[in-house]
Amino acid sequence: MFPENWKQMAPDEKYRARVEAWLEAKNVAFSSEEVRAAYRQRVQRLVDAIELKKPDRVPVTLMVGFFPPKYAGVTAQEAMYDYGKLAEAFKKFNRDFATDSLTTCVLIGAGKVFEILDLQLYRWPGHGTPPDTPYQCVEEEYMREDEYDLFIRDPSDFWLRYYLPRIFGALKPCSMMMPLTDLMELPFMGPFMVMMGLPEVQQAFEKLLEAGRAAMEWIQTAGAVEAENTATLGLPGLFGGYTKAPFDTLGDTLRGTRGIMLDIFRRPDKVLAALDRLVPLAIDMGLHSSQFGGSPCIFIPIHKGADGFLSREAFAKFYWPSFKAVLLGLINEGLVPLVFVEGSYNQRLDFLADPDLPKGRIIWLFDQTDMVKARQLLGGKACIAGNVPLALLKVGSPQDVRAYVKDLVEKVAGEGGFILSNGGVLDDIKPENLRAMIDAAFEYGKYQ
Amino acid sequence: METNTKSLAEAIAELREEEALKIARTLLDFGTKPIDLLDACRQGVEVVGQRFEKGEYFLPELMLAGEVLTQISGMVKEKMSQAPEEGGVSRLGKVVLGTVKGDIHDIGKNIVSFLLDVNGFEVIDIGVDAPAEKFVEAVRQHQAQVVGMSCLLTLAYEPMKETVEALAAAGLRDKVRIMIGGAATNDQVRAYTGADAWGKDAVEAVNLARKWVGR
Repeated sequence: MFPENWKQMAPDEKYRARVEAWLEAKNVAFSSEEVRAAYRQRVQRLVDAIELKKPDRVPVTLMVGFFPPKYAGVTAQEAMYDYGKLAEAFKKFNRDFATDSLTTCVLIGAGKVFEILDLQLYRWPGHGTPPDTPYQCVEEEYMREDEYDLFIRDPSDFWLRYYLPRIFGALKPCSMMMPLTDLMELPFMGPFMVMMGLPEVQQAFEKLLEAGRAAMEWIQTAGAVEAENTATLGLPGLFGGYTKAPFDTLGDTLRGTRGIMLDIFRRPDKVLAALDRLVPLAIDMGLHSSQFGGSPCIFIPIHKGADGFLSREAFAKFYWPSFKAVLLGLINEGLVPLVFVEGSYNQRLDFLADPDLPKGRIIWLFDQTDMVKARQLLGGKACIAGNVPLALLKVGSPQDVRAYVKDLVEKVAGEGGFILSNGGVLDDIKPENLRAMIDAAFEYGKYQ
Repeated sequence: METNTKSLAEAIAELREEEALKIARTLLDFGTKPIDLLDACRQGVEVVGQRFEKGEYFLPELMLAGEVLTQISGMVKEKMSQAPEEGGVSRLGKVVLGTVKGDIHDIGKNIVSFLLDVNGFEVIDIGVDAPAEKFVEAVRQHQAQVVGMSCLLTLAYEPMKETVEALAAAGLRDKVRIMIGGAATNDQVRAYTGADAWGKDAVEAVNLARKWVGR
């Protein structure tokens, strides 16, 4: 898809090539030339906003969870298990609530895959949450406090033999395996393979194969509807790939909120060393996940650096340096970090305005952050997006929503560099409020 | 290092974990009454709470203070089981606390529970994914004055509303004051659910509970 001299290209050249590919959408069989034109126009709007220019109007995008199934009368459980229903629900949603980007159905996940693997890291409908309630994370210390050194020495080995056996019941026997790096000289290969021959280990790998087949079954339906929505509705995919901030990987996934918060007092050096180790992995995750999507935007939901979660000093020491390194690493590959800033970041905006970050190469999508303040600090530096509140969309009236959008656009749309979106992920809101939000943005968001 | 209850309170307030534990251990070994020791802890945590309110301390600091306190309480309990003495500490009031039905998040709730506890409330923690009936039953059984509901999802607005309605149906609505909190809440949500107040963090929960029981 990219030129042969890709490796020699400068970050900006890579960025241009990625944007061009997004605009061209060579793999999409558009249903008509009008749809293709509409697609291009939408991508151009988003690109203009990213580059801090003024599009024809404020682009609109949505952060969506389980609302589309709910809107279509499909339970969360059905959406995770009945892929036909999942596809229909998202088709209907994208048709009824067309914005400037595709609302993707792949974030819903394949229930059968999690079931086969006996996923412990989440509860999901029918497995710990009611049929109409989305999945929720189960915080545990999946990495124990005395395992930092194991992780730092070899994260992949830690993942295979310690983490996976804990988050997947079916992969527990992987803890019996030997490190993959043992596979060197012929005489050393025997013991490794003998462990692979243990009935429990064999069973675990059979489960893994089964999960892979279940994932194929899911993506054949889910992927097809994504392609169809883009081809017939002209909606560009926004998430080209995904990654995480190193502190969140450590805090959300490995140590849990309690664990990481105590660790920054009890073993700060280990935390810092682990964060360093995670930086190249996080960059690589963004890079390799981006090969599937047409968009250069890499979705990064961030959590544990928000106001209240850490002091400024702790943020400066533990959260920001490794996260900034990831942002720079992605931008260096011509990618655009699309950072979903959950919670509020009012006390952190000056960090986000870091002069080392190139202009017009990041989207900060805010949840509860003060947008006027964000505009002041990030204007001319990065695209800001957000932040129609979830509570308003759920319990407010369409009039309230319209008034909020009008006010927001007036205050922050400025000379460009703004995308209108909801703040928190949509699971359960009033459809008429979402309609009002989108219509108001189309109406008030026109640039002169 | 000084070893008295004042230095213990200070070590807790300054989040010097090892020092606080060492002082507590020494004090207990030298016969300081558990109740005086726990009082020093409470004073220390009070300072932590004040600093949190002023924006000097954040969640990790609250978490660590809680951790220190849990460890010291453990030491005290050990001691008390060896020489049973002194009755329970008198409590300001009772709070029924839970994360509502459909929501399994517990960290926010646990922090509120801890802070209420060290501030002299008896907390009846009914856990996560707690249906309305469980709240009603706990309020009735313990004759609690305050109910706290934690909610991290918009999907939990309805269960909060239902819980308020269930308390009313059980004839308990005028006997309790209800507060809500958690990432997905604000005053608009409070109005929707029919709760009495909304708090943005754990310290606000304590302040509300204090106000309501008249302390």
